Amino acid sequence: MKPRQQRMLAVGLVAVGLAIAATFTLRAFKDNMMFFVEISDVMAGNYPKERNFRIGGLVVAGTIEREEGSMDMSFMVTDTRCALPVTYSGVVPDLFREGQGVVAHGRMDGGGTFVADKIMAKHDEEYMAPEVAESIAKHVEDQTASVQHLSTECSPSDS
Amino acid sequence: MWKWFHQLASPPHFYRIAPTFSLVLLLPGLALIAYGVYAGLFLAPMDYQQGDAFRIIYIHVPSAYLSLMAYMIMAVAGGIGLIWRMKLAHAVAASAAPLGAWFTFLALATGSIWGRPMWGTWWEWADPRMMSELILLFFYFGYMALRGAIDDTAKADKASAVLALVGVINVIIVHYSVTWWSSLHQGQTIMAKEGPAMDPGMLYPLLANIFGFTLLFGSLILRRTRTEVLFRERRTRWVKEMILAPEGQR
Repeated sequence: MKPRQQRMLAVGLVAVGLAIAATFTLRAFKDNMMFFVEISDVMAGNYPKERNFRIGGLVVAGTIEREEGSMDMSFMVTDTRCALPVTYSGVVPDLFREGQGVVAHGRMDGGGTFVADKIMAKHDEEYMAPEVAESIAKHVEDQTASVQHLSTECSPSDS
Repeated sequence: MWKWFHQLASPPHFYRIAPTFSLVLLLPGLALIAYGVYAGLFLAPMDYQQGDAFRIIYIHVPSAYLSLMAYMIMAVAGGIGLIWRMKLAHAVAASAAPLGAWFTFLALATGSIWGRPMWGTWWEWADPRMMSELILLFFYFGYMALRGAIDDTAKADKASAVLALVGVINVIIVHYSVTWWSSLHQGQTIMAKEGPAMDPGMLYPLLANIFGFTLLFGSLILRRTRTEVLFRERRTRWVKEMILAPEGQR
């Protein structure tokens, strides 16, 4: 083998070795790489019990309730299968809206409610002009996040 | 073809032709950026959710794209330098690092400024997209520090090329972080599976800026590499002859 080919082989083998090592490492840390836990997993009890964590999903339309004269509010978050009640006290970001993505940081209380201490809005990858969005909304009934479409099989569990 | 390639890779030849190529990339690049910035800020419609705040993507997306692109150029050039012992390739890799680091910084800074009002947070330590992009910045810093720490140019070239190749894994992670894991950062828009999920009036200025930034980057890297070549070849005969030659013949 020529020296050049040897060098090529060495670089190639190192690259393959690193790729395999990275794949295994990332697989092992899969849960830690997740920024938030999905609602169905929370409902099934797959969430960290002893520490704070984040949940992510869509704000269910028509569930945002603000308490008069205080910063307290509550709403439901869904992954379009299950919905979880969330309570929060504080200022929410600009993009926090019904039917839009949200990430909340906090912990579960005993009664199946997520008590958030920080609310972040998650933007989706769609960019539209306001007029376009209006005309779409006129013709298509938004079904992504309304209460009627949610499954009733989900129930909060602490197990 | 190979003859042309070898000629291009010869330092004196590259030194002579680089300004011309640099200009050829610079002029259309600036024209595209001028169109992209004007159309992006004034002609493109507002976003239905974000209003005018979305316009930061006209800087953020090209910067983020080039932060990855510059790294790949640095790593591939380093690899070519390792395998084929090509001097010019190492000079290209060395010139790409500071440019890439600046684009990474721009992507992080504009993302953070946008994130405060939109997401409700400047920075999230646990987010895979943000963390991998920050690690990318550290790879650039490490690469430049490693180069600076080794006095022997040939040894510095080799060591930094290996580091650059290792960091390619992180580039792949940055790119796929929003697909593989849940993230606060939104998913792919332009390269979405069903085609770009963006109003054409917003998309064209963005594409113009992406291509414009790329051409500008190409132009800058040619100029930087030219300077790097001059420094590396400072003890060779062609540099001495060129410097001693009368003004018009350089």
